[in-house]
Amino acid sequence: MAKGKVTFNEDACKGCELCVTVCPVKIIELNKEKINGKGYSPAHVIDQEKCIACGSCAIMCPDSVIKVERL
Amino acid sequence: MSKVLMKGNEAVGAAAIKAGCKYFFGYPITPSSEIPEYMSKALPEAGGVFLQAESEVAAINMVYGAGGAGARCMTASSSPGISLKQEGITYAAGAEIPCVIVNMMRGGPGLGSIQPSQADYFQSTRGGGNGDYRTLCYAPASVQEIVDYVMLAFDKADYYRNPVLIAADGMIGQVMEAVEFKEPAPIDLPAKDWATTGTGEKRKPNVVNSLYLQADALQVHNKNLEKKYKLMEENEVLYEAFGLEDAEVVVVAYGTTSRIVKSAVKKAQEKGIKVGMIRPITIWPFPYEIFKKIGNNAKGILTVEMSAGQMIDDVKIGTEGRIPVYFNGTQGGVVPTPQNILEDIEKIAGGIR
Amino acid sequence: MTIVYEKSRGLTDVPFHYCPGCTHGVIHKLVAESLVELGVLGDAIGVAPVGCSVLAYNYFNCDMQEAAHGRAPAVATGIKRVHPDKVVFSYQGDGDLASIGTAEIVHAAHRGEKITTIFVNNAIYGMTGGQMAPTTLVGQKTTTSPFGRDEALSGKPIRIAEMLATIDGAKFVERVSVDTPANIRKAKKAIKRAFECQLKGEGFAIVEVLSSCPTNWGLTPPKALDWLRDNMIPYYPLGNFRDFEEGK
Repeated sequence: MAKGKVTFNEDACKGCELCVTVCPVKIIELNKEKINGKGYSPAHVIDQEKCIACGSCAIMCPDSVIKVERL
Repeated sequence: MSKVLMKGNEAVGAAAIKAGCKYFFGYPITPSSEIPEYMSKALPEAGGVFLQAESEVAAINMVYGAGGAGARCMTASSSPGISLKQEGITYAAGAEIPCVIVNMMRGGPGLGSIQPSQADYFQSTRGGGNGDYRTLCYAPASVQEIVDYVMLAFDKADYYRNPVLIAADGMIGQVMEAVEFKEPAPIDLPAKDWATTGTGEKRKPNVVNSLYLQADALQVHNKNLEKKYKLMEENEVLYEAFGLEDAEVVVVAYGTTSRIVKSAVKKAQEKGIKVGMIRPITIWPFPYEIFKKIGNNAKGILTVEMSAGQMIDDVKIGTEGRIPVYFNGTQGGVVPTPQNILEDIEKIAGGIR
Repeated sequence: MTIVYEKSRGLTDVPFHYCPGCTHGVIHKLVAESLVELGVLGDAIGVAPVGCSVLAYNYFNCDMQEAAHGRAPAVATGIKRVHPDKVVFSYQGDGDLASIGTAEIVHAAHRGEKITTIFVNNAIYGMTGGQMAPTTLVGQKTTTSPFGRDEALSGKPIRIAEMLATIDGAKFVERVSVDTPANIRKAKKAIKRAFECQLKGEGFAIVEVLSSCPTNWGLTPPKALDWLRDNMIPYYPLGNFRDFEEGK
């Protein structure tokens, strides 16, 4: 049961992968199927159920791409 | 209004305070050190803030900050210190920050001497900092004039949102003369709603800045600045002139030099020579138009400066090649004598110069 | 649902121009969040430097002035003397603060100017393309130290926090890092405290933030943070050097 809901503002993402490296449950990846307006593959959550709403991804993101809510 | 005897540098401070200047940032340098000294005592007494900065560079940047935050503020220095301020002045011009900068000119170049000169004319009128900009520049010839023009400078700085310079030769700062502080004429000034005063979260942020990374945007900004400078050229020229129409010789001088020239002119007139004079009070914008009034019979225009010849370029522009232009100058802080100038006037009138 | 994290209203809507993974973005967030949480966003007036963060005046949702290179502490001094009740801060990189502007920062600290300075140390000059900074490590290759910084030629890197901590007027001096979420949280605490130092009228406050420059270090953003951790933290130790409340 997911503890948290994570939303990505995909157009603002620069694909830096810092969120990918800091997620403790390793549920973030770059979505290689997509390219946003800036030309990057934005990050996305691949298994929302595992989210523990720690907020590490959002804290780490330099571009305020991520919103984290606790359910 | 009663007159009081004051040293030029101190009168600068008193005039600034009278004009509502509450913030002075400066650094000591001969021959202007009495300005920060005076302000260090008088400003706190007037409820203002005096801060001795760590350098001339820091001082002009403090002025930039204070002016950008909406306050009437000033700095003062002498030639080498004004060189240090050029960066701050161009930034203030680009960011449209009102402020007043006083230069008590001394001998140069480089460290030079501590005696008076007028060798910063180019720096003052051509802009010593980078980029296309202009600053109003007043060249007082007496302590009374420096009082009047320091006070006017604050109004003009606010009105145009631009730095204003006072270029006084070092003599004016050091002499003591009788001055009166006239009540400033009320002028309609726009509110400083562009200043950084804190949004209060009630308005959009104000940004005080001279950077425009898009060239098109910077060109637009430059054209707007040009409009301002054009208005200054049309409305702010100040000069004194007499005896031009039938002059045989016209002498051009400003600042302390103009007073020495007046002694020479008087002696020449006593000798029967028709001598006219033009004394620019604003050296930017320069009074080019008045040169048209010089009669065609003039044998020569004598430019007298305490420099190697800087204002002479503007005299030539104003003369438009109509009449020969001659130069009489002293450098290094040496002050000219009326006798030397009289000799040149006689030579020009006699056709042998 | 409670919000754990969202974009701060201390930032404008303008997207950051910074490189992917540049920690300027992280530090901007911490400053913005601190101002909002302290309830002083409307009183804030910031001074932007020359460097990668020259456009900071577009990103903070408060009044901003752009300063000449290195002069931000002097500009901030002018603003604070005119508006002593406002919260004035400068945000500067290693060229701005540790090279051209060293006189200005030392004297702002010396006078105990009640301003808050955020010093972004990434051991390189980013905006101009990766030249050596006074904070570049010995042996570190940059475009003006292509063989690695040579101590004999250019000296050892400068430790700003330690240096400013010797000045009496500097009432809060701390060095932090933003290489992990845990360190980012600590960095935010320090930045908030640095603003509190101003709000309490104590004196000069500075937070030196160890940061990365993935582009000019030639590393991916995650590897850049590893490099920061392995190389910068040993030379630039994290910690508090002066704290107004702890009598330090």
